[in-house]
Amino acid sequence: MARMNMVQALNSAMDVMLERDPRVVVLGEDVGFFGGVFRATEGLQRKYGEHRVLDTPIAEGGIIGAAIGMGANGLKPIAEIQFADYIYPGFDQIVSELARLRYRSAGEFAAPVTIRTPCGGGIRGGQTHSQSPEALFAHVCGIKVVMPSNPYDAKGLLISAIEGEDPVVFFEPKRIYNGPFDGDPHKPATPWSSHPRGEVPEGHFTVPLGRAEVVREGRDVSVLAYGTMVHVAEAAVRMAGVDAEIVDVRSIAPLDLDTLCTSVCKTGRCVVIHEATRFGGYGAELVASVQEQCFWNLEAPILRVAGWDTPYPHAFEWDYFPGPHRVAAALKSVMEAK
Amino acid sequence: MPPRSRLHVPSPPARPGQEPDFSYVQISPAGAVARPDVTARARDIEDLALQMVRVLGDDHRAVGPWNPHLEPEELQVGLRHMLLTRLFDDRMQKIQRQGRISFYIKSTGEEAVAVAAGMALTPRDMLFPSYRQQGLQVVRGRNLVDLMCQCLSNTRDMCKGRQMPIMYHWGSGNIFSISGNLATQFPQAVGWAMAAAIKGEDHIAASWIGEGSSAEADFHYAMNFAAVYQAPVILNLVNNQWAISTFQGFAGGEHNTFAQRGPGYGIPGIRVDGNDFLAVYAVTQWAAQRARQSGGPTLIEHVTYRAAAHSTSDDPSRYRPKEEWRAWPLGDPVERLKDHLIALGEWTQERHTALEKDLEAHVTACWKEAETYGTLSGGPSLDPLTMFEDIFKEMPPNLARERDEMRALRAAAQASGQSAAPRAHEG
Repeated sequence: MARMNMVQALNSAMDVMLERDPRVVVLGEDVGFFGGVFRATEGLQRKYGEHRVLDTPIAEGGIIGAAIGMGANGLKPIAEIQFADYIYPGFDQIVSELARLRYRSAGEFAAPVTIRTPCGGGIRGGQTHSQSPEALFAHVCGIKVVMPSNPYDAKGLLISAIEGEDPVVFFEPKRIYNGPFDGDPHKPATPWSSHPRGEVPEGHFTVPLGRAEVVREGRDVSVLAYGTMVHVAEAAVRMAGVDAEIVDVRSIAPLDLDTLCTSVCKTGRCVVIHEATRFGGYGAELVASVQEQCFWNLEAPILRVAGWDTPYPHAFEWDYFPGPHRVAAALKSVMEAK
Repeated sequence: MPPRSRLHVPSPPARPGQEPDFSYVQISPAGAVARPDVTARARDIEDLALQMVRVLGDDHRAVGPWNPHLEPEELQVGLRHMLLTRLFDDRMQKIQRQGRISFYIKSTGEEAVAVAAGMALTPRDMLFPSYRQQGLQVVRGRNLVDLMCQCLSNTRDMCKGRQMPIMYHWGSGNIFSISGNLATQFPQAVGWAMAAAIKGEDHIAASWIGEGSSAEADFHYAMNFAAVYQAPVILNLVNNQWAISTFQGFAGGEHNTFAQRGPGYGIPGIRVDGNDFLAVYAVTQWAAQRARQSGGPTLIEHVTYRAAAHSTSDDPSRYRPKEEWRAWPLGDPVERLKDHLIALGEWTQERHTALEKDLEAHVTACWKEAETYGTLSGGPSLDPLTMFEDIFKEMPPNLARERDEMRALRAAAQASGQSAAPRAHEG
C-alpha cells in the first residue's frame, strides 16, 4: 500500500495498465512530454515512449475520433480531455459513434475507449472550467459513466474501465485531486494522506463498475451522492446532527439501484445531491428510480440539492456550489416531514 | 524486409537545457515579397503563403512594396499602444501572483499582431479575438479600469462576475465576447461578416486564433464558410510556436505553413512577420480593402513567439528552453518599432523612457481606481442574486424560484450569523 492523492492514483492506474497490456495507449493535449496540465500522466511518456503516450493537436473531436479508430483496430486507448468543459467538440463522436458502434454493427465492431476528464468547480475556473456534465453522458445508451470520490476508487475504477470492453467516460472531480473537500473553502485543505481512502495498493487491483458503496451507515435518512459531494454530504450530516446513511453512487451508468434502494427502503427518507445543475440533472433519474421501488417505504418526499440552473459564475462559485449548509437544510427538512 | 508503417511523432527542435533552434522558421528578406493587387485571384498569389511579408529591415528602415508609409505620428501611437499593452500585462501578472486576481494571460511578444492589425481596421469593423489580443482593446481606446474590473469580478465588471479574467467583451467598441473555449470565435466571425454582406454594409469582421487551436474543427468550418460565401472577413492565425506544451508541429506546422491552408480552401493565405508592426499593418490593410470590395476572405498567418507562459497556471520551463525567446529570429515588436522611429529621427531613448514612466503611472492609477469598485476578498461586491439574470431575456419560473430560494438561504444565514457563501479565495 502507498499513500496517494487522486492524481497519483490515476497515474498509477495508467502506469499499471500500460505495463500489463501492450494494447493500452494514452492520448490527449499536453499529456506526453509535459505530463498533463494536472500532472495525471507525469512520467508515463518517458517510461513507455512516444508511441504509447501521445501528445495530440488541440482537437477534442479529433482525439475521440482517433481513439475510436485505434480502439476498433485493437488498441485500448485512454483519451484525456483537458477539462470536461472542453469535451463538446467531441460530443458527436461520443454520442453518435463511440456509444453505438457495437450496436449498429451487430457486435462486429467496437471501440473500448476510456475518456478521462476533470470536472467540477471550486477552483475559480468560472463557467468554462467548472462544469459537471455527467447527465449529458448518462443519457446516452452505450457508454458507461463513472465519477470516483477518492484515490482508492479512482485507481480501481479506472483500471476496470480500461480493462472493460465498453466505452467509459470517467469524470474526475478536480477539487478533490489533492484532498477530500467538504465544501468549506475557509478551512485549511485536508490532504489525502490523512484519509483512509488515500491508502492505495501500488499494483493491480480493480473496483468493479456498476457498484455503489455505502460510505457511512445510518438509520434516519439516505444521502445519495458522488464525487466531491460525498465529502460535502459527510460535513452536512455532522452539521445537521442526523444519523444519515451516505451512499457513494460512483457508477453513474450503469447504476447500482439495489444498493441505493436497500438503503432508502431501510431509512425511509432520501436526499439526492450533485454539483451539476438541477433541471434535467442526474438527480432526477436517481429520484425517479428510487421512488419506483421505495415509494411505500418513504416517509417524506425525496429532495434534491444541486447547482443552480445557471452557468458556473466566476465571482460566486461558493454561492453556486451546493455546500454543506444547503445539504444540511435539506436533511432537516426531510427529517421534519411527517 | 517488407515495407511497414511507423508512426511519426513531431518533436520540437529544443527542450529545456538545450540550445534554442529556430532554423525551421523560413524568413524572407525585408522588402522581398511582391505586393499583388487586392483584386488578384487566390490561385494566382499562392506564393504569398510560403514567403514572409516583412517591411522592417535589420537596419530599422522600412522597405519594399508592402511599406504602408504611415506618418510618424501614427507610428508613435502604435508604439504607445504596444507598450501600454505590455505594461498592462506585466502589472496584471504581478497582481495575479499576489493573489489579487485568480488568473491571467499575457500577450508579451505578440503585441503587434493585435495592435497593428487593429489600427489598420476602422472602428466599425467587428473584432472576434481569442484571449491573447488585449492590444485590440487598447487600440479601440478601452479604459484599462474596465479591463481590470473584469479581472477583479467586481461591481464594475462588464461580465457581472460570470467570466474568468481576460474574457472581456465590448459592444459599443465592436469587440465580441471572448470565450474560454478554443476556436469558437472563428466561424462566428464569418457569420457576422456574412450578415454584413446580406445587409449590404461596408464594414468587415476580423478574428484571431492560435496555431494550436487551428486544429479544432471550428477553424475548418470557418475557412470553408468564408470561401463558399466570399465573406468579408480577415482570419488571423497567430502562430506563436507554442500551444501550452506542444510546439507548432502538433498543429500541423511541420509540413506546410499555416498560411498554405488558405489556398487549399480557395482563400489567399499570407504569411507575415508578426513582430513587424508595419508588415502586420500592411497585410491587414490589403485584406481589409479586398474584403470591402467583395473580394472575400483572407487568411493571415502571423509568425510570432509566445514569450510568456500560456497563462498564470502554466510553467514553460518544463517543456522549452528558458531563454528561447531571446533567440527568436524575428525579435521583439516593441523594440523593432522603437528602433525604426529612432532611425527616422522621430523618437529617442529618452522619450521612450519617459513614455514608459507615464504609462506605468497610468496603469498604477487605473489599478487604484479599479480596486475602489471591489476586490476579490473585499467589498463592494456584486449581488450574487444577479447570477440568475441574463440566462434568458425573461427569467423563467424555475430560475425565479431558485433565486428566491437563494435569497431566503442568505437571509437565514445572515440571521444566524454564518456566511452562506464564504467569500474566501480558494485556499
